[in-house]
This record gives sequence, C-alpha cells and structure tokens, in this order.
Amino acid sequence: MRAFTVHSGLAAPMDRANVDTDLIIPKQFLKSIKRSGFGPNLFDELRYLDEGQPGQDCSRRPLNEDFPLNFPRYRGASILLARENFGCGSSREHAPWALEDYGFRCIIAPSFADIFYNNCFKNGVLPIALDAAIVDRLFDQMYASEGYELTVDLQRQRVITPDGEEIPFEVDAFRRQCLLEGLDDIGLTLQRADAIRAYEDRQRIDSPWLFGAIR
Amino acid sequence: MAGQTLYDKLWQSHLVEQREDGSALIYIDRQLIHEVTSPQAFEGLRLAGRKPWRRDANLAVPDHNVPTELRERAGGVAAIEDPVSRLQVQTLDDNCDDFDLVKFDINDVRQGIVHVVGPEQGVTLPGMTVVCGDSHTSTHGALGALAHGIGTSEVEHVLATQTLIQQKMNNMLVRVDGSLQRGVTAKDVALAIIGKIGTAGGTGYAIEFGGQVVRDMSMEGRMTLCNMSIEAGARMGMIAVDDTTLEYVKGRPFAPSGEMWDLAVAAWSDLHSDEDAVFDVVVTLQGEEIEPQVTWGTSPEMVLPVNGTLPDPAAIEDPSRKAAVTRALEYMGLQAGSRITDIRPDRVFIGSCTNSRIEDLRAAADVVKGRKVADSVKQALVVPGSGEVKKQAEAEGLDRVFLAAGMEWREPGCSMCLAMNADKLGAGEHCASTSNRNFEGRQGFGGRTHLVSPAMAAAAAVAGHFVDVRDWQEAGQ
Ligand code: SF4
Repeated sequence: MRAFTVHSGLAAPMDRANVDTDLIIPKQFLKSIKRSGFGPNLFDELRYLDEGQPGQDCSRRPLNEDFPLNFPRYRGASILLARENFGCGSSREHAPWALEDYGFRCIIAPSFADIFYNNCFKNGVLPIALDAAIVDRLFDQMYASEGYELTVDLQRQRVITPDGEEIPFEVDAFRRQCLLEGLDDIGLTLQRADAIRAYEDRQRIDSPWLFGAIR
Repeated sequence: MAGQTLYDKLWQSHLVEQREDGSALIYIDRQLIHEVTSPQAFEGLRLAGRKPWRRDANLAVPDHNVPTELRERAGGVAAIEDPVSRLQVQTLDDNCDDFDLVKFDINDVRQGIVHVVGPEQGVTLPGMTVVCGDSHTSTHGALGALAHGIGTSEVEHVLATQTLIQQKMNNMLVRVDGSLQRGVTAKDVALAIIGKIGTAGGTGYAIEFGGQVVRDMSMEGRMTLCNMSIEAGARMGMIAVDDTTLEYVKGRPFAPSGEMWDLAVAAWSDLHSDEDAVFDVVVTLQGEEIEPQVTWGTSPEMVLPVNGTLPDPAAIEDPSRKAAVTRALEYMGLQAGSRITDIRPDRVFIGSCTNSRIEDLRAAADVVKGRKVADSVKQALVVPGSGEVKKQAEAEGLDRVFLAAGMEWREPGCSMCLAMNADKLGAGEHCASTSNRNFEGRQGFGGRTHLVSPAMAAAAAVAGHFVDVRDWQEAGQ
C-alpha cells in the first residue's frame, strides 16, 4: 500500500449528503476481477450523460457539464470535500479503489459510513471527519477561490488551509501508523500467529462445534 | 460492574488480543464468500504466496451475477451469456479449487443468496463471528451471532489470518414493544426504524433488536430486521438466542448434532444481554403504531406509512434536507404532496436477502392467490433466495399461485436487487421491491425503487398502485 504522510492538492466538491457506494461506483463495474482501472467510472452516473458499460472507452462518452468534477477548475483534484454519511450502502471496496484510481488521496466530510471508512485506510486513502461547521467553511472557501489547495499532514494530524489555518483531526493510532508507513496489515497480523493459534486451541476445547464442519 | 450486552459477550469471547492503541484482534469463525468481492482477495493471497489459514471456516457461493432464467441457468457457468459475469463466476470456482475451499455450484440445490444460504445450511450459528464481503452480512445476527460486512482487503485478511483488526462499537438497543397489527411485517418494522433514526442513526453502533415484537418474530422475520441494520448505518444487528433460534438451527445440515448439539445449546444459553446491561443509546418503538411502509425517495430513510403524502420541499427549513428532498422527488418523478397510493409501479420484484425466504413467498402468495397482476404492470418477478427455498415453495404450490397470477417464477440469486444480471429496471420505471436499497440507479440506470414488504409488493402488483394491504386482508376474509 502507498504510504500517506503529507499531501497537498487541489480540493473538489461532492456537495450532497448520504453519497452511497452505488453512486461512487455503479454495480456494472463490480464485475471486474481486478483492483485497478475504476477511476474513469468514479461517480459514473453523475459524470456522464449515458449509461456506462465495463470496458468502454470513457473518453468518448458525453460528459455531464453540470457535474463539478467535470469543471476545468477542479481538474487534477486529489482532495474531495464531501457531506455527512459519505460512503454509505454496500461494502464494495471498489469505491475507495475508484476514488484512489481517479487520484483522490484524501476525503474530508463531517461523517463517513463505517465500512467505507475502514476500506479507505486499506488503500492509502485518508478519510478525515471534521465538524460539520468546519466542513461548511472549507466548502465556502473552495467555492470562493479557484485553485483552492489544502495540505493534509497525517503525522501532525492537521489540515492546513491556503491562509495557513491549521485544523486538527482525529484518527486512531493503529490505522494512522499503517498509513504513515504503508504497512501490509496481513503481514503484521501474521506476526501474531502464535496468539491466534493459542486462541484456537482454547476454542477447540470449549466450543468444538466451531471447527471442522465445512469440508 | 454493570452486566454485559450480547455484543459485549460476543466481542469478548472472540478477542484474541487487545492492543494498546485501542484496536483489537478478533477471531472470525465463518467467512462466506461470493464472486463479486473475492477475486482481488484471492489474487492478493496468490501474489503474497499465502494460503487460507483454515479451509473449514469458509464457504463460497455465487449469487450476485447468476442468471435467474432457467433457460440460461440450466447450462451452468459456461452458459452465462454476459462474458464479464461469466468470468467472475468462473473465477470464484477456480479460486475455490486452487485454494481448496468448499463452494456450492450455481445449480446446486443449496445455492442461493449468501445470506439466505448461511443460516439455512447451519453454516452460520449462534455465538459465531461471521463475515462476508457484503454489507448485508448483518442478516446473520438474527441467530445471535456477531456478523458484519467487510471490504475485499479484509476478506483477504480473514482468509490469511482467520482474524480481523477491529475497533469496538458502541451499544444501541432498538426495542419494539407490544405487538404488530395484522399485515404489518418485519420489513415494515425495519423501515419504520430507519425512518425514525435515519440512515446514519446507527453509525458507530452495534444494534441489538429486542422487545416483545422481536421476541414474537419468526427467524425469517428476525433475519429481515437484522438484514437492514446496515441501512440504518450499523454494520451489525443482532438478536438474543431463544427457543425460536434453537428450533430453527436444529437439524440443519452443517449444524452440530447429538452430544455436540447439547454442548452447543448449553453454551448458547448465555447469548443475551444481561438484565443490568447498559446501552449507550436506547430507541423504542410501539408495535401497534407501525403501519405498512413504502419508501418514496432515493434513501431508505425517505419512507412513509402507506397512507402518507409526499413531503413538500417548500415546507422544509434545513437547506441540506430541502435539497435532498427536492433532488429525490425529481429523480423519482414524483410531485410534492401527492399520495403514496397514487404511485404506480411498472415492475414488481419479490426477492433479495431481505425478503426471499419461504415465509416471504407465502405472504406474497397469500395476497395474489386467485387474483391477477394488473395490466399496467410490465413484469412481476418472484426470485426465491435459494434452491432450498425454491424447492419448498414448489412443494407448497406457491410457484403455481404466482404463475397463475401472471408473475414470473425464477431461479435463485440476487437478481433485480442490484441488477448485476439481466434483471433490471428501465430508466424512469417504478418498482415495488422487497429489497433493501432504493439508491439512484440501484435496480437499473434511471430506475425508481420503492421498498416494501412482500405482501405490500404483491398487493401493488395486483392493484397496479400501492395499496394498504391491511384493507385487503380484511376484505379477503
Ligand atoms: S440480495 Fe441484494 S443486498 Fe442481498 S446480497 Fe444480493 S445484492 Fe446484496
């Protein structure tokens, strides 16, 4: 996984509440057996005027000119400003894959759905939950100034605005460490294999019906 | 010390290690696997040269992509017409062969929607931790299990280590007191709860459902209720083990039997919240007050009793809610102030992991028996949740009831719940659907979904518009 330490980039809006993972990446693209290549279909139903199909050349499709990510001023954005309950709905990890593939490294919103929030960390995408009033203010500032760039410092847990304001954010220590170092958490867990085996040995005695049933 | 909640107990009994940073390593007893969210996990194992930690903890079954028409289905995987779907189902088969995991083939009578299959086969049991790369894994909590959806990276993590790194959730009790009116079902209860607490109301919580209404529910009803925990924002919903649970589990193919059964039952008797357990939040509903529910918008919280009228954005103060209601009405092609009973579905879908069990099919058949689907309804699909459900329904003659009413009787799978196969809505079409999500485009590009119970969907199919099934059931007597 790509490490995340400090990132500066252009911010873009996804200005509606309860954005669900069906909207982030519609189901027809879930048929892929790969992890990459979902970027062109991020927010497919909002970005294009036609119905997208897997494997299609998206550069030839009619764009929805009213959708902010299609505005020239947001081209190359890597920080997404969003509203509450972002990423609700299905558990599809294709949602953070699509965001990451498109180029987003960080999403700032007042709140996130649990599974989506968790999935982001596994893919080098940092979800930051800030007070709704602060998110409001960031939206206002972004709309008011073209080329609005934010800096996100995960080490110091700060979002830094163009005029130097530093906004602190919370993130749990384990996830932060994994992201900072780009760690593979399976490898980390396997270092605890003895503890897992010890647990299993106890369970085999206490709850033997949990073992050996499926074969 | 205060007593423990059911969630506290399940968490505690699966704790491999508590870490200083607040996270914990939790042991996973069962992983269910389907074709959509697993290919990249297997690929990850392969790239890292890893093997599944425990093969007997996993069960795979294809469901999302499988065709539901017998003509296409009969030929097995090779006959799936959509090449991308075919490859995905084939990839699941190949991965299970490569990694030596048990799977049910698409024409195995045990095949079906993963959340119908798990409990039905006794693969998921009380007291277990159950995960699947699918958010409706919360369904299995109905058995008194700790069950929740995970992402693909976590699927790989569980395959490789039999554990997950987790943070403990807070406890929420949703108590439904009293009893339900005739014609009101677990689906209506689930929608009423979501209407009350909102789609983010359960975020950060593990929900336990309790109260007399829940105690009186069948296992099918409890599964419907837990299934939609995720629509209320909670990864997991659960219900205490009681005699209803034990009766349901006993004798299932993969459930313990003989002495092992007795041992298990003794252990399961503790699977309820202690009297003095403390919940962080308690939400209560009164059963008698719950009416049949219909969603009108593009989020499950946009729901009303069947006799309700649609909200008017002009009367809403909060700007973000005003915008959401305006957008939803526009997407749904509905007028502010119009009545739910004026909505005319073009298609009807009875199925999905929420409502495709035998009891759901019986409820729908009861309503359509001796009646016909309205001419204005283009299609009414009934898709059983598994091959076993299909077999049972056919033994009871339900298939003939549906066919005689002009409905289609299909092979098991997710079908029009998410429209990954050929079953989908056309743009602008309204659907009375027993599934769980009414998001934009969920059932097909531009499609308009109204979530309802099986009886309400069946009644809408016959009437050609939404009707209060309570009136019908009285008139029918
Ligand atoms: S029936 Fe629908 S919600 Fe349930 S697992 Fe299938 S696609 Fe998901």
